[in-house]
Amino acid sequence: MKIAVIIKQTPDTETVVKINDAGNDIVGTGVKYVMSPYCEFAVEEALRTKEKLGGEVVVVSLGPDRVLETIRTALAMGCDRAIHLKDPAYEGGDGQATAKALAAALKTVSPDIVFAGKQAIDGDQSQVAVRVAELAGLAQATIVTALEIAADGKTAKATRRSEGGGEVVELKLPALISCEKGLNEPRYASLPGIMKAKKKEVKELKPAELGLEGQVGAAGAKAKRVKLLPLAERKAGRRIEAETPEAAAAELVRLLREEAKVL
Amino acid sequence: MANVLTIAEQREGSLKKVSLEALAVARQLADASGGSVTTVLVGAGVAGLAATLGSYGADKVLVVEDASLQLYTTDGYAAGVSAAISEVKPDIVLAGHTSMGRDLVPRVAARFDAGLATDCTDISLGGDGRMLATRPVYSGKAYEQVAISSDPQFATIRPNSYKARDADASRSAAVSAVSVALDASNYGAKVVEVKRSAGAKVDLTEANIIVSGGRAMKAADNFKILWELSDAIGEGCTVGASRAAVDSGFAPHNMQVGQTGKVVNPSLYLAFGISGAIQHLAGMRTSKAIVAVNKDPDAPMFQKADYGIVGDLFQIVPAVTEAVKKIKAEG
Ligand SMILES: Cc1cc2nc3c(=O)[nH]c(=O)nc-3n(C[C@H](O)[C@H](O)[C@H](O)COP(=O)(O)OP(=O)(O)OC[C@H]3O[C@@H](n4cnc5c(N)ncnc54)[C@H](O)[C@@H]3O)c2cc1C
Ligand SMILES: Nc1ncnc2c1ncn2[C@@H]1O[C@H](COP(=O)(O)O)[C@@H](O)[C@H]1O
Repeated sequence: MKIAVIIKQTPDTETVVKINDAGNDIVGTGVKYVMSPYCEFAVEEALRTKEKLGGEVVVVSLGPDRVLETIRTALAMGCDRAIHLKDPAYEGGDGQATAKALAAALKTVSPDIVFAGKQAIDGDQSQVAVRVAELAGLAQATIVTALEIAADGKTAKATRRSEGGGEVVELKLPALISCEKGLNEPRYASLPGIMKAKKKEVKELKPAELGLEGQVGAAGAKAKRVKLLPLAERKAGRRIEAETPEAAAAELVRLLREEAKVL
Repeated sequence: MANVLTIAEQREGSLKKVSLEALAVARQLADASGGSVTTVLVGAGVAGLAATLGSYGADKVLVVEDASLQLYTTDGYAAGVSAAISEVKPDIVLAGHTSMGRDLVPRVAARFDAGLATDCTDISLGGDGRMLATRPVYSGKAYEQVAISSDPQFATIRPNSYKARDADASRSAAVSAVSVALDASNYGAKVVEVKRSAGAKVDLTEANIIVSGGRAMKAADNFKILWELSDAIGEGCTVGASRAAVDSGFAPHNMQVGQTGKVVNPSLYLAFGISGAIQHLAGMRTSKAIVAVNKDPDAPMFQKADYGIVGDLFQIVPAVTEAVKKIKAEG
């Protein structure tokens, strides 16, 4: 099996978001970057697929220098080699520009199966993986919580989460799977894994090498952020003080009905 | 002038509430600019829903029907919606940010080489007559405004962000069929089974009121008191949980609210014994009203809550249930 996994580096979930003076991005200093949590599920599933069916796992990530650390983490978990789409021209892309670059990079791998996260927790876009499937001509199952790939590597059965339950999807490979929590428990990188990762290949590909000059990054973006805005502060709430739980409950219900008008 | 196409989502022949909400947004945009609203409806044996879509704001309904579209499938639905877009050439395409919307809309947007703003909580028209979409980013810690330069401009809207219009029986839509050559044997993915999770009356993402429990619930059995409160509140209310409650086995993962659970947007969120960790807030901070009940007066959830009660949830929850029953009985 040729297995690929596309991963994104994002700020850690605990990050305090500070908006820059220009009002178009967060202040990057002091931010701790990690592999987006859903991408961890993708890496884990890619590794389990290899352990079952053999083959190699190629990691692909688009982003600046700092992304190399996250790529090394994936290699330390057990992925075999990596492609790093690193070039100033890739920066500032929207879902489509990023997906074009990733789909073109995947062409150099011709994977039977591609794993991705259901969404990256920075922009929370949940669109890049699906666009990659379309642009690379792959079938897809998204928001997947269970996966079984046939022994011949030609078909798969995925369970995806949907409102009120789930859907079981039969897939013809090659296909892309976007991973949801519950699919697996990601492993930690072992010490020997970390040592080995240092020697694994990380290949950089420039836009020109993908035939995408002028189509990636800000130049190719159709969707642009106009402004980044802070949350409207919720006004200080009210403490309900009462002698008994019953009195507190009655006052709460009254306020919800008469003041908030939500009951 | 903004001509808007909405993608109606039906499941087993009933329309999703968010599809009616999308129609309300579409109507606003179209009315503000002298445009019109078309809705594309995909499925098998669903043409009867066209009248409903008309009463909720569609001027025109395009129906794509095929036996292979009985259940949602990425390839079939993408083909149907793409055919409608090619026919209408809308300025803006809107759909709900649901499991179907997430699977379908980016695929179609990629096919049209177009930009997409997902999970929007507000959509308006800028001075140039183009869409200005507002959406939460960084797990709801900030908002961004997005403008899209392609035609069409795509957006999905977060359920419960807009109110559907009242149905107007005197409005009717012009209905026509779109013919698309579909070959189900070419579909790369096919839904073969739909699973219903037991218990839940309404999905968390669509619920109007959510009663949530955290680690403090102590046992799966104790969630019973939350279900009792939810039943007393009635239709549109369901029960959620924190990750600590889910990881402790008190509730299934499909009830988890938060960064790695569901993002919900109810008009009322009641948090019982939930501390208010940033990853939990990520899933519920756009709720219109928030109630926190916690033993610890310093629990961070109180800072986000409109109303707070310091106390033991095992005493407060049953008391709230009784108070709700009383007020409902009074009408
Ligand atoms: C990558 C990542 C993703 C995450 N995703 C999620 C997510 O999706 N959703 C989520 O919820 N969390 C998530 N978390 C976990 C999150 O950080 C918190 O650990 C979790 O939300 C805590 O749940 P809790 O509030 O129920 O438990 P606790 O933090 O233990 O809080 C329990 C609260 O109950 C109160 N209490 C105890 N007894 C009573 C009583 N009898 N009556 C009233 N109050 C009482 C306590 O004072 C306390 O405030 C994530 C964490 C990480 C690192
Ligand atoms: N820059 C990137 N490099 C590699 N993969 C990415 C990148 N951006 C997004 N992805 C993949 O697409 C998924 C969804 O991302 P998003 O659409 O940004 O929410 C992520 O979980 C990744 O698997």
